Amino acid sequence: MADAAFWAICLVVAPLFFAISSFVRGGLAHVFGPLAAWLNALAVLGLTVSFARSGPLRYAIGGWQLPLGINFRIDGLCVLMLAMTAVTGLAVSMYALGYFSLRIGSARQMSRHEQQRLFFWPLWLLLWAGLNGLYLSSDLFNIYVTLEITGLAAVSLTALSGKPAARLAALRYLLVSLLGSCSYLLGVALLYRCYGILDMAALSRLVSPGPLLWCGLALLTAGLLLKTALFPLHFWLPPAHANALAPVSAILSGLVVKASFYLLLRLWGEVFAQVLPPAAYVLLGALGCGAVLWGAAQALLQKRLKMLIAYSTVAQLGYLFIALPLIRLDPGPAARQAVVLLILSHACAKSAMFMAAGSIFLKAGHDRIADLAGIKEVLPVSSFAFVLAGVSLMGFPPSGGFVGKWLLLGVSLAGGQWWWGMMLVTGSLLAAGYVYRVASRLLVFKAPFFSRRQAIPPVMEWSAVLLAVLAMLLGLLAGSPLELLAAGNQVFSPAGLEVLR
Amino acid sequence: MNWGGLLLVMILLSSLVPGLIIFALPEKSNRPRTVLNLGGALFKLLLILLMNVGIYQGRHFTVRWQLLPGLELLLNSDPLAALFSTLSTVLWLLTTLYAVGYLEQSPNRRQFFGYFSICVTVTVGIALAGNLLTFLLFYELLTLTTYPLVTHRGTREALAAGRVYLVYTLSGGAVLLVAVAWLQVLAGPVEFGGPPVAASLGAAHEGQLMALFFLFIAGLGVKAALVPLHGWLPRAMVAPAPVSALLHAVAVVKAGVFGIVRLVHDVYGTQFAAGLNLLAPLTILASLSIIYGSLCALREDDLKKRLAYSTVSQLSYIVLGVSVAGPLAAIGGLVHLVHQGLMKITLFFCAGNLAETLGVHRISEMRGIARRMPVTMAAFSVGALGMIGFPPMAGFVSKWYLGMGALAADRLWVVAVLVVSTLLNAAYFLPILIKAWFTPPDCSWSEQGGRGRVETRWMLLAPPLLTALLVIAVGLLANAQISPLAWVKLIVGLEYGP
Amino acid sequence: MNTLLFYDFSGLALLAIGLHGLIRSSHPLRKILAANLMTSGVFLIMISGARGTGQTMIDPVPHAMVLTGIVVSVSTTAVALVLVCLVQETTNRALLWQKRKREKWGRTDG
Repeated sequence: MADAAFWAICLVVAPLFFAISSFVRGGLAHVFGPLAAWLNALAVLGLTVSFARSGPLRYAIGGWQLPLGINFRIDGLCVLMLAMTAVTGLAVSMYALGYFSLRIGSARQMSRHEQQRLFFWPLWLLLWAGLNGLYLSSDLFNIYVTLEITGLAAVSLTALSGKPAARLAALRYLLVSLLGSCSYLLGVALLYRCYGILDMAALSRLVSPGPLLWCGLALLTAGLLLKTALFPLHFWLPPAHANALAPVSAILSGLVVKASFYLLLRLWGEVFAQVLPPAAYVLLGALGCGAVLWGAAQALLQKRLKMLIAYSTVAQLGYLFIALPLIRLDPGPAARQAVVLLILSHACAKSAMFMAAGSIFLKAGHDRIADLAGIKEVLPVSSFAFVLAGVSLMGFPPSGGFVGKWLLLGVSLAGGQWWWGMMLVTGSLLAAGYVYRVASRLLVFKAPFFSRRQAIPPVMEWSAVLLAVLAMLLGLLAGSPLELLAAGNQVFSPAGLEVLR
Repeated sequence: MNWGGLLLVMILLSSLVPGLIIFALPEKSNRPRTVLNLGGALFKLLLILLMNVGIYQGRHFTVRWQLLPGLELLLNSDPLAALFSTLSTVLWLLTTLYAVGYLEQSPNRRQFFGYFSICVTVTVGIALAGNLLTFLLFYELLTLTTYPLVTHRGTREALAAGRVYLVYTLSGGAVLLVAVAWLQVLAGPVEFGGPPVAASLGAAHEGQLMALFFLFIAGLGVKAALVPLHGWLPRAMVAPAPVSALLHAVAVVKAGVFGIVRLVHDVYGTQFAAGLNLLAPLTILASLSIIYGSLCALREDDLKKRLAYSTVSQLSYIVLGVSVAGPLAAIGGLVHLVHQGLMKITLFFCAGNLAETLGVHRISEMRGIARRMPVTMAAFSVGALGMIGFPPMAGFVSKWYLGMGALAADRLWVVAVLVVSTLLNAAYFLPILIKAWFTPPDCSWSEQGGRGRVETRWMLLAPPLLTALLVIAVGLLANAQISPLAWVKLIVGLEYGP
Repeated sequence: MNTLLFYDFSGLALLAIGLHGLIRSSHPLRKILAANLMTSGVFLIMISGARGTGQTMIDPVPHAMVLTGIVVSVSTTAVALVLVCLVQETTNRALLWQKRKREKWGRTDG
C-alpha cells in the first residue's frame, strides 16, 4: 500500500495529466474524463485509508523544506474536502457523460454540443486539479495559484454554454474573480512582509496582532468573500450559475464556491483564530444572516428554476458564515463538525439539484417553474432527486444538513447567543418555502404536455438521485467522516515546524 | 445488534421495504402491489405481537445507532410504545384493505400506496422512538410523507390545503427542534423510560424549563390540533377517505398527542410538571379545545369536516387526561388514545363509503340513507354512539375514567367540561343518526352504484364493520386481561406506581 | 528605505487607479486594463518587500512569487480578452454594465 503522500501527488497530477490528454486528443475526451474521475476516486480512497491508519502528514514537495519550499498538509479537513470533491465530481462526470451523449436539436445545435463536449472535459479536469491542489496546499501563495486555476477554469466552463447571457455572466464572473485574486494577493504580500513565511501552519504559530496583520488579513478575507459570493458581494453568482450548462452549474454551485469558503474556514477557524477579535466573527455572521434572508427572499421570487437554485446557493452559503462566530464561541469541536457537515451535504444536495434541474430543462425545453406541472409523469426519477435534494437543503432529518444545524443550534444555545440558532431555523423554514414552490409543481399529476420529447439517459437521472440520497443519509453516516476530522485536529503538530526553529 | 433490537428494526422495515418496492413497481401491477401491502401489514402485525408478548414477559428491546457522541438514534420498546405501535399496525392493516377497495378505479395508486406504507413506518417509528432526537426525526419525517397523501387528488383545493398543512406542521416542527435542542443543551440526551430528565435538573433551571414546556406544547400542539393551532385539520379533509381515516385515527394527530404524553410522563414527569404548575394551563387549553371543537362541529354540514372538528375535540380528551395529573385520569386519557382511534376510523370509513358509493358528502343529503346502506350506517352509529359515550362502547370507558380521575383530583370544573362536551357530542352526532335512520329518503338511492345484494364492495364494508365490532369489544371486555384498558393500567402503574 | 517606501506608495497608487478604473469604467477592455494595472501595483508592493528593514540579503521568494503572478496574470488577461470577443460576437454589445440602459434607449427610439 502506497503512503498518503503518493496518493496526494496522484490527486494533483492525474487530473492535470488527463486534462492535457483530453485536450490534445479531443476524440478520446469522453474516455479520459470519466477515467480520471474514477482514478481520482480511487486515489482519494487510498488517501483516506492511509490517513486513517497513519494520521496527519506534511509533505515537502521536491524535498524543499519549509521556509523556502511548498508543503502539502494532509489533515482531516483536507481529506474530507477531497472526498467531497471526488464523490460529487464522480457523479457530475457520470452525468456529463450522459449529457454530452445526447442528440439534440438541429445540426447546428448538435455541432455546438460537440464543441462543448470537446472543451468540457479538459476544463473540468483542470478545475478538479486546481481544487485538489487547493485543499492539499499549506502555502498561501500556492493556494493563490490554485485559486486562479480553479477560477479561470470555472469562468471558461460558465462561458461554454454559448448563450449570450452565459457569456456576459462569465465575463462578469471573471472580472470579479480578478478583483478578488488581486485583493488576496496583496494580502499575501503583506503577510509575507510581516512574517517572512507563507505556510499556514507556521503562520499560526507566529501571528501577533498588529496593523499590518489586520490589513493583510482584511485583504485576504475580502478577496475570498468576493469569490465565495457572500451577501452583498453575491451579485455575480446567480446569473453565472443559472446560465451555465447543467453539469457546469452543478460543479460551480456544489464545489467551486466551497473552495474559497474552505480557505476562509482555515484562516478564521485555525490560523488566525487566536488573534482575531470576536467582533470580526460577528460581522461575518451578520453578513451570513443577510445572505440567508436575501438569498431565500430572491429564491422565493424567481420565475426560473435554475435561478431559484442559484439564489438558494447564496442563502446556503450564508449558513456557513453563520457558523463562523459559533466556531469562535464553541470550546469543543461541535461547531467545526457542523460546518463541515453543512459543506458536505450542501455539495451533494446542490449538485444533485442542478443535475435534476438540467434533466428537467432538457425534457421540458424550458425551466419556467409555473409551467413544470406534470413533469413528474415523464421524469419521475429526476423529480424525486430534486425533491429529495430540496428536503436535505431544508435541513430535514436525517440529512447531513440537519445534523449540522442541530449541532450549531446546540452551540448557540449553550453559548447564550441564541440568535444565530434562530436564524438557522428561520433559514430552513424559508428554504422549505422555496423548495415547496417547485416541489408542489413537480408532485402534481396532470396530463403532461411538453413540446420537446427528449429521451434522458438513465445515467443522468440516477447520478442525481444517488447524490441526493447520499445528502439525505449523510446525517446517519456522520460519525465516520467526523472521526477523520477529529484525527486531523492536531495538525499543527511540531513535526512540520521544527525546520523553523 | 441483539435479537430484540433486530425485532424493532424489522418492525420498521416490514412496511418501509414494501413501500419502496411499490415505488419501483409499474403503475399497472395492481395484484403484486396489493399482495405486498397486505403481506407487509400482516407480517408487521405478527412482529408487533411478538414484541408485545416479549414485553408482557418482562423483556426489554432496544437498538441504538450513534451518529456522533451524544447524538444517537434509539429505538426502545416500553409499554406505551407498544400501545401506540399496536394501534397503528392494526389500523394500518384495515386501512390498507379499505384503501385497496376505495381506490380501485383511481389513478396514481403507486404513489399513494408507496407513501402510505412509508407513512406507517414513520408512525411506528414515532411510537418506538426511545429518545427525543429519534422522536424528532420521525416527527419531522411524518410531515413529509403525509404531504403527498393530503394533496393526492392534485386539485387546486387539495394543493391549497397541502400548503396550509405544510405551513402549520413545518413551523411546529421548527419550534419543536428548538425546544429539543435547548433541552439537550440543558440536560444532555433525553431518553424516555428512565427517571424524568427535567426533574433531575434542579431548581436553578426552573424558569427555563417552564419556557421550554410551552415551546414543546406549541411544537407538538400543531399536530395534536390543540385549539389555536388546529387550522390545518379541517382543510386537510380534501384528502381521500383512507388518508383522512389514517391521519385522524393514528398517524398525524396521534403523533402530536403521543408526543405530549411522552413529554409529560417521560421528559418532565407528572409530579415535577404539576409542581411547576405547568399542567393546569394544559388542562385549560385541552378543555377549550374540547368545547371549541364541538361547537365548530355543530356548525358544519360537510360530514368529513364535522368529523374533523370532532377529532379536534376528542383528541383533547387524551391531553386532558394526561394533564389532570392523577392515575385514574391518565388511564382515561391513554385508553382514549386507542378508543378514539378505533371509533374515528370507523366513522371515516363509513363517510368514505357514503361518498364513494352514493356521492353523499353533506349531512343534509343523508335523509334515510340507512335504508340504502344499513350495514355502513350501523357501523357509523356504533362509532357515533361510542363517541358520545354510550355505556357498552369504548368511549364510555374513557369518559368514565376521565370523570373519576377529575373527581379524584378535585377538579369539578373538568367534570363539568366532560358533561358539556358529551351533550355537544350528542348534539352533533344524534341528528345525523336520526336523519339517516328515521326520516324517509328524498330520492331513490337504488339506481346509484347499485351492486347486487351487498350495498357496496366488500373491501369497503369489512373494515368499518370490524372496527365497529372492536369498538364494542374493547368496551364490553374492558376488564379482560389483554384489553387496551389493562395495558394502559400497566403503563400508568409504571408512571404513578402501583 | 525611502526608495522602498516610494515603491510601496506608487504600488498603492497604481492599485487605487486600477480599482477606480475597474469599478467606474464601462467598457470591458478598460476594465481588463484596469485589472492589469492593479495587479502590477500589487507586484510592485511585493517586490519592494523583498528587502525588508535591516536585511542585507535580498529575499528571492517575492521574486519567485511575482514571476508566477505575472504568468497567472497573463493567462487571466488572455481568457478575459477571449471572453470579451465572445460577448461582442453574440451580443454586438461591448458595453457590459450599460445593458439595461441601452435597451431602454432602444425601446424609446423604437
